[in-house]
Amino acid sequence: MAVYYTALAAEGKGARRGQPMLKTDRLTVTYASSRGPVKAVDDFSLEITPGEFVSVLGPSGCGKSTVLSVAAGLLGASSGSVAVAGSPVTAPRREVGVVFQQANLLPWKNVLENVLLPIVAMRLPVEEYRERAEQLLDFVGLSRFRQHYPHELSGGMQQRVGIVRALIHDPKLLLMDEPFAALDAMTRERMALELQRIWSGTDKTVLFITHSIPEAVLLSDRVVVMSPSPGRIIEEFECDLPRPRNAETMALPRFGEYCNYLRKIFDQFEGKA
Amino acid sequence: MNARLQSIVFPFITLGFLVGGWLLATEVFSVPNFILPKPQAVWEVMIKGYVYGAFWKDIGATLSATLLGYLSGCTAGILLGALLAESKTFERFLYPFVVSLQSMPKVALAPVLIVWFGFGLMSKVVMVGLVCFFPVFINTIVGIRQTPAPLIAMMRSFSASRMDVFLHVKLKSALGHIFAGLQIAVVLSLIGAVVGEFVSSSRGLGYMIQVAQGNIDLATMFASLVGLAAIGIVGTQLVRLAHARIVFWDSDKRGGAISE
Repeated sequence: MAVYYTALAAEGKGARRGQPMLKTDRLTVTYASSRGPVKAVDDFSLEITPGEFVSVLGPSGCGKSTVLSVAAGLLGASSGSVAVAGSPVTAPRREVGVVFQQANLLPWKNVLENVLLPIVAMRLPVEEYRERAEQLLDFVGLSRFRQHYPHELSGGMQQRVGIVRALIHDPKLLLMDEPFAALDAMTRERMALELQRIWSGTDKTVLFITHSIPEAVLLSDRVVVMSPSPGRIIEEFECDLPRPRNAETMALPRFGEYCNYLRKIFDQFEGKA
Repeated sequence: MNARLQSIVFPFITLGFLVGGWLLATEVFSVPNFILPKPQAVWEVMIKGYVYGAFWKDIGATLSATLLGYLSGCTAGILLGALLAESKTFERFLYPFVVSLQSMPKVALAPVLIVWFGFGLMSKVVMVGLVCFFPVFINTIVGIRQTPAPLIAMMRSFSASRMDVFLHVKLKSALGHIFAGLQIAVVLSLIGAVVGEFVSSSRGLGYMIQVAQGNIDLATMFASLVGLAAIGIVGTQLVRLAHARIVFWDSDKRGGAISE
């Protein structure tokens, strides 16, 4: 049964016309290391349509975060290209918001100031975004803590501030680099559901990097599986669980089937290696 | 007795023993005056000097040389340190010279500075500035270089300019190191001022110690040393206070986080 999912993915893509929000074309990234050049990402081609939530799933060190760095304009491609909303990425872009593995909040700024940091950096009028910041903080349940400093917050709260900060300038594309990897398992699951709730209220396109299979299945419209280094796409998988998704989604039999299917792909790959 | 009270009372007990031993040596074992002055004699000179004003002119001289030198040396250290940390080109031009200057004992320059800047205040200010410069300079560079890379990537991802990254992240992140440098510089600044006064001057606490040495007047020497120590303690505490105030996120790191 699992074989059909790939076919479905191709069909789904054709149905949604228009310019892709993110398009990588035969992207290859090679690092220089002491033992010569290392290929981190190999021939990575992916299109994400506007409003789509796509997860890149892979074992640690497979180069999935490298893909995100290139898309964020923080790292140059060795060959191939990356385009956001049709124009090539050569530097960080304003229509993109990035959430990192660590919350990366500035310890000397309080929650509200941290959230407004991209506005300051982009030279936008801070006053006009203050209300939006308050609303977003309220939405993630942190409005009481807007005057607090990061070290006074728990890891989950810090990462929620990180997500709000990435959304403050209303980017069209959200890039998330294993945003819950540094959190404990309980918080992690809760944050995934929280992200699901935040995202479903918006029209944002999301590229979500993760090594957690259930997280990818729970959140995504489509899951892209990467092989260990050099990272290349070995599977694309349409994840058509009904939305809105919540804690009950994880109890659906299909949720378990999808997780098992993806796990088998990894096992197969391990067997080959 | 709680820990706080202990930390206040116990040092005084130690002080009591020290003064007691001192009294014992001079009164019972009659150690001569020119080797160890009587505590009462030192006390008398201190009252005369610090309360009735016999030392005021000298304290003023030492204090102004120390303060002016400290401020200019530290300012230069922070500015040049920031420039060097940010610009590779600048670093290539200057770094070897800075390192060789650093390994040289700056106080050995005192005679040269007297020739260049005269016997007055200026030569001492330059001396103090020079010794203060290096720890602040080096710590500024180290602090800026140690800015966590993820924070810089975060700023860049939001299209921050290089100046924004520097002002909002690197400089703030370096403040802990910079204050450590400022702390070291307080003690060094006093050394610089006293050495400058030793070499040549007509006032200052260092000058007084030298004159007293000529007269084998140990009571005055001791009284001057107490004054120097007091300046050092006050200066260090002021910098420590400013550190805790300004770099607040560093000092109360151990404070409890709110859990959900």
